[in-house]
Amino acid sequence: MNESGSLLLYAMLLVPACSATLLAFFPDTKATGRLNALATFLTFLASTSLFFVRPEPGPFLIVDDVNVVFIVLNTFVGFTTSVFSASYISHELDTERLTPVYLRFYHAMYQTLMFAMNLALLSNNVGLMWVSVEMATLTTVLMVGIYRTPAALEAAWKYFILGSVGIALALFGTILVYLAARSAVGEGLDAMAWNVLVKHAAAFDPHLLNLAFVFLLLGYGTKVGLAPLHAWLPDAHAEGPTPISAVLSGLLLNVALFAVLRFKMIMSANPGTLASGPLMVTLGLISVLFAAFMLYRRHDIKRMFAYSSIEHMGIITFAFGMGGPLANFAGLLHMTYHSLTKSAIFFSVGHIAQIKGTQQMSEIRGLTVSHPVLGWGLVLGVMAIVGLPPMGIFMSEFLIITSTFASHPVLAVALGLGILVALGALLLRLNGLAFGEPYGNAAPAQASFIPMFSHLALVLAAGIYLPPALVSWFQHVARLLG
Amino acid sequence: MDRLALDVAHLFAGGLVLVSFMLLYQDRMFGLLNIFALHALVVSLSVAWQAYIQHAPHLYITAGIALVVKAIIIPVALHRIIVRLGIHRNVETVGGIGMTMLAGIGLVALSIMVMLPITAEAGTLTREDLAFSLAVILLGLLMMISRRNAVSQIIGFMSIENGLILAATAAKGMPLVVEISVAFSIIVALIVVGIFLFRIRERFDTMDVHALEQFRGGHA
Repeated sequence: MNESGSLLLYAMLLVPACSATLLAFFPDTKATGRLNALATFLTFLASTSLFFVRPEPGPFLIVDDVNVVFIVLNTFVGFTTSVFSASYISHELDTERLTPVYLRFYHAMYQTLMFAMNLALLSNNVGLMWVSVEMATLTTVLMVGIYRTPAALEAAWKYFILGSVGIALALFGTILVYLAARSAVGEGLDAMAWNVLVKHAAAFDPHLLNLAFVFLLLGYGTKVGLAPLHAWLPDAHAEGPTPISAVLSGLLLNVALFAVLRFKMIMSANPGTLASGPLMVTLGLISVLFAAFMLYRRHDIKRMFAYSSIEHMGIITFAFGMGGPLANFAGLLHMTYHSLTKSAIFFSVGHIAQIKGTQQMSEIRGLTVSHPVLGWGLVLGVMAIVGLPPMGIFMSEFLIITSTFASHPVLAVALGLGILVALGALLLRLNGLAFGEPYGNAAPAQASFIPMFSHLALVLAAGIYLPPALVSWFQHVARLLG
Repeated sequence: MDRLALDVAHLFAGGLVLVSFMLLYQDRMFGLLNIFALHALVVSLSVAWQAYIQHAPHLYITAGIALVVKAIIIPVALHRIIVRLGIHRNVETVGGIGMTMLAGIGLVALSIMVMLPITAEAGTLTREDLAFSLAVILLGLLMMISRRNAVSQIIGFMSIENGLILAATAAKGMPLVVEISVAFSIIVALIVVGIFLFRIRERFDTMDVHALEQFRGGHA
């Protein structure tokens, strides 16, 4: 039982690692997209089996109830994005925005990114998690700059410097956590292992943990894209290839948030520490309000949805900061729905920008008339992301606001205001994008619609009916998060 | 641990903070590179000394990486890049040198006041090194925000990294220190390659595309 479990565990890391090497040298440009999708599909299969077999935690890798949710979501969106990426990237090749060499590089980096994100989620060691988050950052930096236009290089550079500073702060926090643990656990690998840290957290020095958490929250918070540390995020989303925007918004932000949550669990296991919740609530609320108002001034379609990601990461951080079984449950749901919805939106935006040859919203009009499938897909996606019923996000936002209202009405009002302001901005823009007289290139779309609509269908279905088994699973995880 | 071992460790860590101050007030590009090489040399000596007194031979690898990569290869490479790109003029600073130095002194005081009380149980060596390394990290951040030029921002980042390595070696018995220092070297190497290949712009505090110097003549 356990042997097959650890085999699956290694499969989730080895499949992306080997495919990265293979795809780096694979010459056939037609097949690489499909191979990429196949590799991510195998990884996804391996991850779903973690529901049934649970390997023993080792010194470096661990599967527990908390990270399974993140891993399955990560590999699923990774798989659907690779299907979208196959059709997106062949168009880039046709229009010669990418050469075959860059294509190989792109696919190798895609798999490396999947490897790094899986490793970050699976790691039982805080140092290993730091290294893998860093690796994920570097691969995305390289992909953001892949078009090598001045704007793309600028975006990659900005992301690189801000990401590196964030990651440096996170490492200092990690060192402090080790120091706090050393006196209680003893030197060596145990003092960096999750399961050991959480078990012994009550005996750690609370002052050291407080200081460590501030560094970790600021460091990994930079990667989550929380305001005021978000400056890299809109540029990176706007200038890179759209599949990468989808993976960044849908997955990498979650991975960074997961790191914060793990450390929050250690903090809450120690009675002497500062409450970590208010810090997260503050950062989350600032992000929501800031991003909501910034949404009105956007002209670039991908940049606009990047700001919407800042808003939603703010909402999720807010929910986890409030804590308690209900808010955590809502936060987990919201995170899942946001990943699915935002990547679906980027799938449609990617094709739209390719057809129209621009990302300026002033030059995109009347999509539902000229490209009904893409246009209505975008309409559905935006309706889901702003939180209109019956889509899933309505339910999770409703839960977050009502659970907050019971304890802190003022905070709930502020959050509600942010959500409404963002809704106004996005619907305003959507009206121009989707309806009215078509404008610009009306060539039919050669797109794969399956990833987009499968995500939207999942979000819709979850908004109408959430299976009891899933509910109790999420509730269980929410209780663990404290 | 005997008195001498402690004093030498203290000397190196304190020296690192001093060299960080020298980075803060240096306003010539080549001078900055030389001082950064000195910074890396001090950190590598400090790590080597820790390896010796902690009987942790793997730390010698970290010290070696710091010496070879950061004290020799990176400064030489940056020197050549600066000459090639013709950007060897004085470094623009935001605010005066005097104000920056005052802010730096404040940061050192802050990090000592923050670290010393909370690490009371950690042993003299660890707590002093941690206080100094936090000071180096904060001074590096100060340098990154007070310089407008990409190369000096990178040097600021690398000095932060030196501070982190000092902290990691001071946390006695911490696993993965070597791996982490290798990971950091990869970042640094990428940054330097980034400047060289992409001719990274002088300024990136603005997203204004017109501020870019277009070496490549438009879109590639």
